[in-house]
Amino acid sequence: MARIGVFVCHCGENIGRTVDCARVAEAIRNLPGVVHSVDYKYMCSDPGQQMVKQAIAEQGLTGVVVAACSPHMHEKTFRRAASGAGLNPFLCEMANIREHCSWIHEDREAATAKAIDIARTLVEKVKRNRPLQTIQIPVTRRALVIGGGIAGIQAALDIADGGREVVLVEKEPSIGGHMSQLSETFPTLDCSQCILTPRMVEVYQHPRIRLYAYSEVESVQGYIGNFRVAIRRKARSVDEEKCNGCGACTQACPNRKVPSEFECGLGKRPAIYVPFPQAVPNLPTIDRSRCLLFLNRAKGRPDTCKKCAEACSKGAIDFDQQDRIVTEEVGAIVVATGYQVYSIGKQTGRDDIQGYGEYGYGTLPDVIDGLQFERLASASGPTAGRILRPSDGKEPRRVVFLQCIGSRDPAKGMEYCSKICCMYVAKHTMLYKHKVHDGQATVFYMDIRAAGKGYDEFTRRAIEEEGARYVRGRVSRIWRDGDVLKVEGFDTLSGRPIRMDADMVVLATAVRPQPGIEALAQKLNVSYDRHGFINEAHPKLRPVETSTAGVFVAGACQAPRDIPDSVAMASATASKVLGLFASEMLEREPTVAVVDDARCAGCFHCERVCPYGAVERREIRNRAGQVVRVVAYVNPGVCQGCGTCQATCPSKSVELQGFTDEQVFQQIQALGL
Amino acid sequence: MDGEGARPFEPRITAFVCNWCTYTGADLAGTSRLQMAANVRIIRLPCTGRIDPLFIVKAFERGADGVIVSGCHPADCHYNAGNYHARRRFAIFRELADFLGIDPGRMTFSWVSASEGAKWRDVVNETVDRVRRLGPFTAYRELVTDPPVTRVVGKEVPA
Repeated sequence: MARIGVFVCHCGENIGRTVDCARVAEAIRNLPGVVHSVDYKYMCSDPGQQMVKQAIAEQGLTGVVVAACSPHMHEKTFRRAASGAGLNPFLCEMANIREHCSWIHEDREAATAKAIDIARTLVEKVKRNRPLQTIQIPVTRRALVIGGGIAGIQAALDIADGGREVVLVEKEPSIGGHMSQLSETFPTLDCSQCILTPRMVEVYQHPRIRLYAYSEVESVQGYIGNFRVAIRRKARSVDEEKCNGCGACTQACPNRKVPSEFECGLGKRPAIYVPFPQAVPNLPTIDRSRCLLFLNRAKGRPDTCKKCAEACSKGAIDFDQQDRIVTEEVGAIVVATGYQVYSIGKQTGRDDIQGYGEYGYGTLPDVIDGLQFERLASASGPTAGRILRPSDGKEPRRVVFLQCIGSRDPAKGMEYCSKICCMYVAKHTMLYKHKVHDGQATVFYMDIRAAGKGYDEFTRRAIEEEGARYVRGRVSRIWRDGDVLKVEGFDTLSGRPIRMDADMVVLATAVRPQPGIEALAQKLNVSYDRHGFINEAHPKLRPVETSTAGVFVAGACQAPRDIPDSVAMASATASKVLGLFASEMLEREPTVAVVDDARCAGCFHCERVCPYGAVERREIRNRAGQVVRVVAYVNPGVCQGCGTCQATCPSKSVELQGFTDEQVFQQIQALGL
Repeated sequence: MDGEGARPFEPRITAFVCNWCTYTGADLAGTSRLQMAANVRIIRLPCTGRIDPLFIVKAFERGADGVIVSGCHPADCHYNAGNYHARRRFAIFRELADFLGIDPGRMTFSWVSASEGAKWRDVVNETVDRVRRLGPFTAYRELVTDPPVTRVVGKEVPA
């Protein structure tokens, strides 16, 4: 027998001024099932909450309706109060007579009648509420971090320092990401590798971090707290246990002309290689697409060259090594796969992007992109830190930098701003000036976006102290005339076309997510936008979560981002993960869908419409162990409670707890004549 | 309707809204003190994907003269895709409603995000105006045969 208590709040003048709260309480008191109906000035205050608790205890209430503000304000407050008095919190509902009534109407009669209607619907609903229990699911308190750049490294270190084990997967032979390719970082001009490599070593040595470099995520199954991840450990052709990192193999390799990915094509590496001297782990890798032995094997020819194996004193080279799949069980996943710099020459990789052939990238050797300039500027780069032209190795006297190549261009490129380029171009002008004292740097820009701490001062310094010439306008064409590059553009501030000579041109090209991000996102069941950037759960208030419970995102794979923001975001994901791991069991709201398997016909329309893949198939067996039916089962750990399944189910065999058909129909009924 | 010749007809509108966008947008309208017609009664659901077309039919059966269904904008659904299912269901239901004798002009389907308080006010006012011009919806009440629901406040129910 229902014993509902109704508490109508005046909220000071907010409700009381327009709605006659005493009359509402009086009208509701006469409803069948209502045993207690009062009004009070401030229900959310301590004495207000005490009133609720007292009524629950004294009147043996089976349900509570607080007619007051929006449930988004105080549902938790009153549920906690109810719980404190021994009433299941899910037997408490709020009727919104403030935001949806007293604040939007002036006519006292109309507002009071509406408040009564609203309160009545919630009374009828709460009579059908069930005492739900929060769902407890076990949590594997280990985390997976995908991506070993600065964001992945930071997340791994924070989680591991927080006491939990981390599995870190990186697809390249070494961790470090793009930050390891940079020469100096803005706005401090810190040596990038100097601040990065200690972190890389810390990851490698950390007792709670298991590092799988040269590995990729193969498949992901499960749900928050209970993921099973298969990881492909690609074959380096080097036995990790035996290798001591001496590098003799890389010295012995006869094929030394492979364009180095780390050097962005400006330098060469051998077929067996370590990408850069500070690589972690310090293990060589055989590039089987370039190694003579493997090329011969592919053609069915015998093994001829084994110079690396011969040079190795540890017998660590293993030409027969295969990829291995390892399985890890984790409770949370952090995606930190970073970005790629997109050159947008002629090849764009996408049909809807036209490219910028007019700048000559890919045809003119002295037109390079920002990452290539970083390699030239790096002390450990292909030119030992000297800025030299790729065409003839001479020092350029005039370097022109172009901003926004491919960014902020809905017509031919990406519509978004790549965020980091204004800063790194200013940095490049300074690096260039520091190395070529009589050189002239010119920057063609549209805007200067330097919003971070110390950022505007940094760009001002480039212009005012270091002699960079900033021209506001775009370049329409670049071509070669003999040894010199001709740059034709427009100076919008003087209103005149500008044509200048340059010895080198550096393009600040758009930042995009890594190739293959869509495939990875699909494995994780996270959503991404049309560029591949991972979608956050809410752009303002949930920036490091995805819409998939248990999967978090950090760094440039979510949007173009610089190092400090990537690090901050990574630490934020770590705090989310550690919060998730705070207890052995994960508590979830019980407003999930539940299938009545006696009525389920096994049509699985629900499975098809569920946005989260929360519907599983369960076999119903008879006593002989034979399968008689296959029915749907909603995994309470995955279900987010949208109710699409219930609306789709032809037999109405699945119910969303807290919003059952009966509850909704009774609310509709309560409004009836 | 209801035998009151003197008082002008005021439509009764039942609104099925999603918790994350439209309900919150309506909250924002309240916080912003945007005044609007008092004819709408909101029923909160987690997602428009939860809406069964029968809710709408039931609402009309139980005295509504008009119905509003409102959720998150496409691509913004809190549950990824619920609003798409709602849209598809509603597109088909509109045909059925017409066949069932419900003028499609009595129903509004809208996207109102959590930041669109003003848009909610406009949806409410526009729907109320439109349904007021269409007049009371009487077709279903004449079919109701189960015991009549007694009203707590005010009007008597005709036998």
